[in-house]
Parts: sequence; structure tokens; C-alpha cells
Amino acid sequence: MLAKRIIPCLDVKDGRVVKGVNFVNLKDAGDPVELAEIYDKEGADELVFLDISASVEGRATMVEVVKQTAGEIAIPFTVGGGISSVEDMKKLLRAGADKIGMNTAAVKNPNLVSEGAQKFGSQCIVVAIDAKYNEEWKEWEVYTHGGRNATGIKALQWVKEVEKLGAGEILLTSMDADGTKDGFDIQLTRAVSDLVNIPVIASGGAGKSEHFNDVFSAGKADAGLAASIFHYKELSIENVKHDLKQKGVEVR
Amino acid sequence: MIAIIDYGIGNLHSVSKAIERLGYETCVTSSEKEILAADGAILPGVGAFGDAMKHLRETGLQEVVYKFVDTGKPLLGICLGMQLLFSSSEEYGEHKGLDLLPGHVVRFQGDYKIPHMGWNRLDVKQPTHLLFEGIESGYVYFVHSFHVKLDDPANLLATTDYYQEVTAVVGKDNVFGMQFHPEKSSDVGISLLSNFLKTTVVSVSLSKD
Repeated sequence: MLAKRIIPCLDVKDGRVVKGVNFVNLKDAGDPVELAEIYDKEGADELVFLDISASVEGRATMVEVVKQTAGEIAIPFTVGGGISSVEDMKKLLRAGADKIGMNTAAVKNPNLVSEGAQKFGSQCIVVAIDAKYNEEWKEWEVYTHGGRNATGIKALQWVKEVEKLGAGEILLTSMDADGTKDGFDIQLTRAVSDLVNIPVIASGGAGKSEHFNDVFSAGKADAGLAASIFHYKELSIENVKHDLKQKGVEVR
Repeated sequence: MIAIIDYGIGNLHSVSKAIERLGYETCVTSSEKEILAADGAILPGVGAFGDAMKHLRETGLQEVVYKFVDTGKPLLGICLGMQLLFSSSEEYGEHKGLDLLPGHVVRFQGDYKIPHMGWNRLDVKQPTHLLFEGIESGYVYFVHSFHVKLDDPANLLATTDYYQEVTAVVGKDNVFGMQFHPEKSSDVGISLLSNFLKTTVVSVSLSKD
């Protein structure tokens, strides 16, 4: 059966990794290609690059980063951030990305999801969803623009819709859990996993190995994503996988 | 020189870089001359079976693949490229394949997630085969919605488990196939690719003798 996946996420701006990263033996802490290679060696099952460049030049640089990364690592990787057309997707896939992540763009123009899926296959299309619990609704709400804008869309409806549109995977970030290191949002992850028949990557809140175990077992996630705890070496992928194996979770 | 057969579909950058990192020269090509001159060839593939076969036929590359296989030099089909080696596929209609190996490509059917996407464990059926030198088992990266039912179990080199036994590695004489992406399968995938590439050297030295 499929192994549960552990996925580090790198924020890249103008071709450089942002957020301090302190790896030993790292020549250049800002070089996304070098970091990607290290994560590949440490046992990452996949990588996510989130391009947070605001400029056209920054995005062009990202295509170059993707090309170099594809030449150096032997695991699949997703590129997200600022994709607003099928042409953008094509450029990144041609450069060697395996999957394209869309967040705000998918909300603004859901057709992009179906067009991308038809043209490149569902397996290439990841819809990223930032969700926050809405006390009034007693349900989760979708946010866009890096969590700044509430959309009025119910997350549990949106996940069904993106599945129908042809998304191959959902990258689900809990804004309530993100940054807490208290664990993934199990309720949200479980609710989404129960609703859709495509893989769910849980994100936000990882602080310890057991959080991954919780989100795989109770949350029914297929993969767990984290950024800073891996970058700052608070957790190593090797240790997380070791602990998961001990608990009987199938990992690579 | 390893020829990566370019028939107009798919991203060939990752596979060609992976081979170069192993110390082999590569060329991404649709030229008959270059393909036939190569020591080994890779038949990649992403997309739909019918479209891929149409491209191979229309470009004349189908005949080039047959000529290449007749030289005795090794050919490796990857992902859809492996499925193309077989007799036929039911992907969006009934399509004839290259028919280098007997078998049929069928859709996954059942109440489980399709495509079969992610890391799954190889169950090696023929551990003494050259391809598995130094590899007992391990996880490799799959992305596919159709899978191969072999007519001849002798060609089955490894399987994986996804709600049924799924064909993962096939081989007959100098024709090989991997359903997963070795270039995306970290150390295990790279070792498999490396073992395949070693057969190209063996075949070259044999042909020189």
C-alpha cells in the first residue's frame, strides 16, 4: 500500500529561500537547489516550493530554479504561488516541476483547475486551500491571498468542488493551527479526507513526530507538510519517519 | 550514448538529467540515425496511450523502436512508455500497442483512490535479475490510472500492492519496462536506472566481441 508522505515546504522569493534556514554544512542557506538536495537525501518524499515573489522578474527566476532543481533531485516536487494561467503551468511543468499548486487563482478562476487537469492530467494539479474556523458558521472558511482575505466560501464545499473540477490532490492548511506547533488540525483534516476521494496533504501546526502520526491515523491524511520545524532542525525527517515506523505507520 | 526517444509528449528533462548524473551521455531525439546508433534507449511517456501510439506511428518512430530492439541493445519503457510495450490498452477505446511483450493495459477499478499515486513498495519476483543487483526491495514513486496484465508471467520481474498485485517491472531479453518513475524514486529508482544502464555497456561489449 502507499506510504504516508512527509513533505517539507520551501518559501522562495526572487530565486532565494526566505525564512532563516540553519543547516549544518550548507554553503548557501538561501539556495533552493542545495536545500532541495539535502531534503532529498534526508528522506523527504516530495518537496513543495512556494514562490512568494511579487515581480515578473522574480517569477521568471523561479522557472530557472525549477529547472536546476529538476536536474539535481530524484523526488517529485510541486511548485505553487502566483500561477494564473495555463501558460504559467506549462512553463513550470516544462522546466521539470511534477505538480502545480494553485490557491487564490483557483478561487478566482475555478476553470483554471479544470483546464490544467484536462491539459496536463489531474495528477499535476494540486489545489491549496487555506482554511480557518468561522465561529458564526461553526464551519471552516476559505481564505486567499496568503490568508489575508476571507472569501465567504465554505471549505467543505470548496474541496468537493475542486475534486469535481479535476484537482489531483488537496494541500490543506489550517490557519488556526499554523505556527502553533501544537499539532495539525485533526478535525479539519478528517472532515476533508472523509469528503473527497483524492489525497489530502495536511499542513500547519506540526511540532513533533507524534503530530504526524495523529494526522495520518485520526486525521486520515495521506501526507504531512511542514516548513520551519524542518528548516530550523527542530525535527529531522529521518526522526519523524523512524518514530512513525515504530508506531506501525507505513513510510518509505 | 543513451537515446531518450522524443515523440512530442512529456517532460524529458528529469530522466535525461538523472542518466547524466550517473555518468552517461544522453540525447533527447527523434532521429532514426541517432536512436539506432545509441547504446541504449529510453521510451518515456506521459499522457494517454492512444495519443502516444498515434505519435509513434505518425512519426515513423514505431518502426525505429522495432529496429532498435532487433539490434539486441536494451530498451527501457518508463510509466506510459512501459505500457506501450504491450499488445493493447483499453484507455479511452481499444488501442494497439507496440506488442513487444504480450499483455494488456487495463483500468484500475474499485472503491479506492485513482490514480495510484505515491510511494509504494516493490516486491521483487526475480531477485537474481540484473536489474535488481544490490536492491532487495524498497519504495518507488508511481503515478498511473491504468496497469498491465501480463500474458506471460515469465516477463514479470517485480510487482507492487495496490488493492491487487500491480505490475511494476517487466523484462524480456533486451526489452524492459518500469511502471513507476525511476528518475523520481530517489536512491532505489536511481539504482534501478543505473542497473539498466549497466546492461547497455554489457550489450556494447558483447556486440564488439
